[in-house]
Amino acid sequence: MSGVRVLVGTHKGAFVLNSDGKRKDWTVSGPFFAGWEIYHMKGSPVDPNRIYASQTSGWFGQLIQRSDDGGKTWHQPGLPNEAIPAPGPPTALPNKFVYDSSPGTGKPLTTHQWYDGTQHPWEFKRVWHIEPSLTDAETVYAGVEDAALFRSTDGGENWQELSGLRGHGTGPKWQPGAGGMGLHTILLDPTDPKRIYIAISAAGAFRTNDGGETWKPINKGLRSQYIPDPNAEIGHCVHHVAMHRSRPDVLFMQKHWDVMRTDDAGENWREVSGNLPTDFGFAIDVHAHEPETLYVVPIKSDSEHYPLDGKLRVYRSRTGGNEWEPLAKGLPEKDCYVNVLRDAMAVDTLDDCGIYFGTTGGQVYASADAGDNWAPIVRDLPAVLSVEVQTLQ
Amino acid sequence: MSDAQTNSATVRVGLPFHLRNLAHVEGDVQLDVSEPVTIRNVLDVLETRYPMLRGTIREYGTGQRRAFLRFFACEEDWSLESPDKPLPDAVASGKEPLLILGAIAGG
Repeated sequence: MSGVRVLVGTHKGAFVLNSDGKRKDWTVSGPFFAGWEIYHMKGSPVDPNRIYASQTSGWFGQLIQRSDDGGKTWHQPGLPNEAIPAPGPPTALPNKFVYDSSPGTGKPLTTHQWYDGTQHPWEFKRVWHIEPSLTDAETVYAGVEDAALFRSTDGGENWQELSGLRGHGTGPKWQPGAGGMGLHTILLDPTDPKRIYIAISAAGAFRTNDGGETWKPINKGLRSQYIPDPNAEIGHCVHHVAMHRSRPDVLFMQKHWDVMRTDDAGENWREVSGNLPTDFGFAIDVHAHEPETLYVVPIKSDSEHYPLDGKLRVYRSRTGGNEWEPLAKGLPEKDCYVNVLRDAMAVDTLDDCGIYFGTTGGQVYASADAGDNWAPIVRDLPAVLSVEVQTLQ
Repeated sequence: MSDAQTNSATVRVGLPFHLRNLAHVEGDVQLDVSEPVTIRNVLDVLETRYPMLRGTIREYGTGQRRAFLRFFACEEDWSLESPDKPLPDAVASGKEPLLILGAIAGG
């Protein structure tokens, strides 16, 4: 019997929503880590019971949590949940994210560009995105603010920076977006374990072909009117990037403004906003079985982070962009002024494909028919920061 | 109370709500701390016994107190004192707790 598990990170805790394959009746578990910001949760494709969570707080810093039983119980990787007798702390340091600036393995890079154009020290703040390996349950990547990529090969017990990204050359020109300088997107190529795409606000998209040793900016074709050189190699505020697992050379991007597409692994991008009523937004995703079908949630503008005319609508393109149709059945038709954040949309792999998204108003909406019809799973959670889906067989 | 043979003391530490939850404790934490009883020594023992708290009170890398946390002993703010300054006898003897407080800010 198939089922679906939806992992919801919110401003005040984590929630796990479960349903069978019909996706009609749901159970809600949580809050886990009540009162903490849960930026992101994601399960391992290798072991669905293995779920990682980014738990963060302005007071207490960054914590990594892990579940090995599908979200029922949690612990910090490598650490017990209770006091241990002295002496001898465990060797695990699951919350330690320290930039690598060593001459041997890292780069002596210590500053990036601040909002006012001056150089500013790199300061770790939080983990924005967790991406478990496609082939190894113990390997997991973390995208962090200030922007850098970390990897753990022991189930999250210890983390090492892949410093070739931060130090590859353009780092001093990276600058924060309005929400901070976060590395928010990590896409692993299912056909080539050494190829990884990442995206940073507001630096742009980057690709490695050698497992993270060296990186290349892949922003040709992006145009951002708010930066001094609209066609610059870096400096673009990429909001999110999505890929279909069958076509890792094709990427779809929701930029600050503009929906973009590349067919050559990021070497060249072209705009596919087409007939969207506004091409500002955050979330973007691809249908699980139709690589040319994609979804966005248009947001009015960068000054007004809510849907046009108070109508919450997902837009779907079945043509890989340019031609879009509004999907509104079951979604609020008036007085809706929520936002849908970049990591708050996901798809399942059932047939029909299920689409899910969460809002800053605390609703999580689901469609079990590829977007034709929508219904809320829950209406009154804290502001939703992220949504991920696990399809369970 | 002090232990003459090991030169250690049982110190009480009061944690904020979220850190008590994280450590799965209720009330004050009691720790055997080698003398001199300083903030650094107390936190070293606390993080050894409750490793899930490492990084939540002091920053990794710098070891500095997190900006939105403060330390109080005997109703005095010790946040800006040297972490190696001996705490008052009342704290070192366990009569009074070392309080770790979160700033009342944010939402």
